[in-house]
Amino acid sequence: MALTSEAVVDVADTQLTMIRGGSGKPLLILHDELGYTGWMRWNEALSNDHELIIPLQPGFGHTPRLDWIMSYRDLGCFYQRVIRELKLGPIDVIGFSAGAYIAAEMAASNPDLFDKVVLVSPLGLKPLEGEIMDMFCLTIKTHLLHTVWNTEAAEFAEIYGGGMSPEQFELFEEARSESTRLGWEPYMFNPSLGHLLKGIGDLPTQLVWGVYDDFSPRGCIDAYKQAIPGAKINDIADAGHRPEIENPDAFIDAVAGFLS
Amino acid sequence: MKIAYFTERPYRWVDEEAVLKNKAFFAISNSHFDREKAAADYNHYLDEAVYAEELGFDAVCLNEHHGNPFCMGSVMNVEAAILARITNKVNIVLIGNPLPTIKHPLRMAEELAEIDLISKGRLVTGWVRGAGSEQFFNNANPAYNREMFNEAHDFIVQAWTRPGPWRYEGKHFHYRHVNPWALPYQKPHPQMWIPGTLSPETVEWCADHAYPYIGLGTSLGPTCDLWDFYADEAQKHGYQAGSENFGYLIPTFVADTDAKAQEIGANFVYGGGQGAFSRPEHTLPSGYNSKDAIRNLSKQPGGSWLGISRDKLGSSGGAAKEAVDYDEVRLKLRAGLDKAQRNMQILIGTPDTVIPKIKKIIEIIRPGIFSFFAVQGQANNEDRMRSLQLLGEHVVPAIREHAKNIGLVDPLTQKPGINKITAGTQRDPVVDRAALQAILDA
Repeated sequence: MALTSEAVVDVADTQLTMIRGGSGKPLLILHDELGYTGWMRWNEALSNDHELIIPLQPGFGHTPRLDWIMSYRDLGCFYQRVIRELKLGPIDVIGFSAGAYIAAEMAASNPDLFDKVVLVSPLGLKPLEGEIMDMFCLTIKTHLLHTVWNTEAAEFAEIYGGGMSPEQFELFEEARSESTRLGWEPYMFNPSLGHLLKGIGDLPTQLVWGVYDDFSPRGCIDAYKQAIPGAKINDIADAGHRPEIENPDAFIDAVAGFLS
Repeated sequence: MKIAYFTERPYRWVDEEAVLKNKAFFAISNSHFDREKAAADYNHYLDEAVYAEELGFDAVCLNEHHGNPFCMGSVMNVEAAILARITNKVNIVLIGNPLPTIKHPLRMAEELAEIDLISKGRLVTGWVRGAGSEQFFNNANPAYNREMFNEAHDFIVQAWTRPGPWRYEGKHFHYRHVNPWALPYQKPHPQMWIPGTLSPETVEWCADHAYPYIGLGTSLGPTCDLWDFYADEAQKHGYQAGSENFGYLIPTFVADTDAKAQEIGANFVYGGGQGAFSRPEHTLPSGYNSKDAIRNLSKQPGGSWLGISRDKLGSSGGAAKEAVDYDEVRLKLRAGLDKAQRNMQILIGTPDTVIPKIKKIIEIIRPGIFSFFAVQGQANNEDRMRSLQLLGEHVVPAIREHAKNIGLVDPLTQKPGINKITAGTQRDPVVDRAALQAILDA
């Protein structure tokens, strides 16, 4: 297993906790609205030829919450500053769900930040059809169950199996609270983002979607495709909103192929 | 003491089994709504308020909830405006306007000023954060609830007291031209009484502002703890808290016989009662609670706040997916009602049986404001009015006399915060813990 490290980095006027692991071309990982879930199979596979850089989002229990960040666009601008100050750009990025929303905001604002962009089960655009599942109207348990189609997936059980400890409960609540703060209204999309994404030119972009995702519906992928006509779509079989843990082999093949 | 009458103004005709199946009143489909019945209910509740005034109550209280047959007061200021005109003496107490969910403090300042003017200074205005379900109904971001509450409150006080026009640029609210023409009749503004269910942050905020805090049917032990917390905070601000800083509201139903009272009083748990106000996923939306409150909740799996525990938040939530054994549910609800009566959190009986209990309660927590909370469920007009009559003619005079004998002063008679205290000295007690212990021992 790749050697990983966790460090608190003094950057962008805050103390940002960052996980790093692997070696090779830097790859920025933006976790989803429930937070970083640990080093999984897909991390290990991609770390063979990439250095994974995983900032833990402000307000998610590790990095302090930043009061001035009130939207995903604010957060995207914050991460742009992080990239500039740490001299990480241009860099490849993978964003998951709300993390994909952040990555899309960053790309729309400054396409030169990135070499390649991977958006997995992305939020951020109003779906052309259907609705993004309202996680704020769900208990934590129901929310978690809706993130996957395959509840028997080994890594799903590894992350969420067993009873919920007080620490887990607190971290989930912090993550959901911060996501509420940023994404309550409009719910997990930005009406101007699609227009701005049309200006990213030929930035290589991959859209990854589990074919049974009932959290971010197919209409989300269609909205991204409409905004970024050159984007490549990879459907992942036997997976819902978390293809990276539900069908890691297919996910790794698709993403590693795109990034290589 | 100021003695008040309060009702949630329930929509009395919603099918109980639909509520039990839904596991809550909130989110019941409005396809169950009947305009003729609702029109009659609204008018009847206004009649109750007028009758309360005739019977000698000092105040009538209103509250506000949204999308919920548990309480039809979805725009409380409309009812308050009507009462301002059709009553003559009672204080109109709003407990309270949910500032973060209404999201328009300038409009709120105008509405309340009009009510105070029409009533010629009888308005007491209270504020609430709004229940969790109100955040969903009004699409109010729960993560900014506390901030918006504080900012809206501070803005309204300014709007009422600072000559305009002026411009306001806050974090959540922005106004180019603040200059409400109608200002409150009372100067500098109506008193503010704050209801709550024992959130320490709210109690602290009340103590900081010397606003009376009204416990909404809270159990006596924790109420004593929070009263002491309030008084300690008050001392930090240089004043001695007293009965004028505290209020208490308790569900009460009286009838001519104990048997009849118990039969009708069972409506307090109709559909699950207050515990079925909303389901866990609607009661505590993410971000609504402070970090400290979440930490406390996380450490107490079965612990309960607003009837919600970590276990419940970790459950699947949602309406019942399988057949409900309604008889079994009703038996459990009845057992819960009996327990609540033993704990003196719900009072049911004749005037003779409830008066001694109320005397004990006010001896322990020494409130300057005391409000009866009328029965819920399908109690008919006649039974509701008879309860109100018995309260007004028998219970209110007895309680008023007892309050006077034990020195309970209300906030309209004695302004909260007026009794100064030096830091480092021993403050006076605000509760009678010996009396509480005697009840617990019994």
